[in-house]
Amino acid sequence: MQRFFALFCLPSVLVALCWMCLAFPLMAKEAEPNAQDPLVEARMLHISEELRCMVCQNESLASSHAELAGDLREEVRSLIRQNKTDDEIKAFLITRYGDFVLYRPTVKPMTWALWFGPFVLLLLALTAMVMYLRQRQRQAPQAGWTDDELKKAERLLKDGESA
Amino acid sequence: MKKFLIPLGLFLGLVIFLALGLQRDPKEIPSPLVGQAAPAFKLFTLAADNQTFEPKDMQGQVWMLNVWATWCVACREEHPLLVEFSKQQSVPIVGLSYKEVQAQDEPPGAKLSPEEKRLLARQRSEKWLRTRGNPYVVTALDLDGRVGIDYGVYGVPETYVIDKQGVIRYKLVGAITPEVLAKKILPLVNELQKT
Repeated sequence: MQRFFALFCLPSVLVALCWMCLAFPLMAKEAEPNAQDPLVEARMLHISEELRCMVCQNESLASSHAELAGDLREEVRSLIRQNKTDDEIKAFLITRYGDFVLYRPTVKPMTWALWFGPFVLLLLALTAMVMYLRQRQRQAPQAGWTDDELKKAERLLKDGESA
Repeated sequence: MKKFLIPLGLFLGLVIFLALGLQRDPKEIPSPLVGQAAPAFKLFTLAADNQTFEPKDMQGQVWMLNVWATWCVACREEHPLLVEFSKQQSVPIVGLSYKEVQAQDEPPGAKLSPEEKRLLARQRSEKWLRTRGNPYVVTALDLDGRVGIDYGVYGVPETYVIDKQGVIRYKLVGAITPEVLAKKILPLVNELQKT
């Protein structure tokens, strides 16, 4: 068995590791880099990492291979070349695809529940816990008898016997 | 007894939330374009190179814009319904041929010129319309998908209902079903045509 491991498993694991090392740089590659202008490219990637690809909704615009994502990255590039700010570029996409393109939705009355809901729930849970603990603390001494009470009870019982 | 009901109630609440969530279609995203003026564009038509189409051409009438492509599988499903619907002549349907020539259609290493793309798109689209019927009063060719971006297209087929003033009143992502046509599109078109 050990021999089998040494002869077969180990080399294959090593080969697999080598393959992974080779493959990872390929996988990590996001949008095809535009060598012409690394600055534009860096900004494009920075912006599109915050944007959702509408075709495959769990992928960012930066990492999606959908054809539309490619088109939109090109669109973002051209907007960057037109000296648009990040917010302007995001607004461009929001007017077309809605707030849904943003991975980080803007804070507004519509999204209050989304942003603050978890904290409200946490606060409620904490208050409930504190109330519960306090109640238990108040009840705890009542459950047992204090020494005074025990003595008093003993006395009463004795008195009862003698009477 | 009461204590036992609290987690049960919480659990049921969670189940109801999840059940409601599961029934919603994640593809159905409210479009910010509804209520907005239909973005302007000017594109060559499928019919001829000396013809262009603009949304302005439809001013004064209620119309439908249907985004399609021959490579789109769901378009194939919805097409017979559109052909049938167009025969009623209740509303003109304009086709927007969206990125008919895809990147993988181009020969490796070479890019097709816009003229070549248009030619290929015409050949394919005309063949498709000949065999399956043509429900469109006119089809505009959006070869690079720029107009599609302005209309927020992300899943062909998509359908827009646009009113007499050129305002988008309804947007549907995905194939039109007889149900959507009868319950949403037709009542809306009828109402818009009255005003």
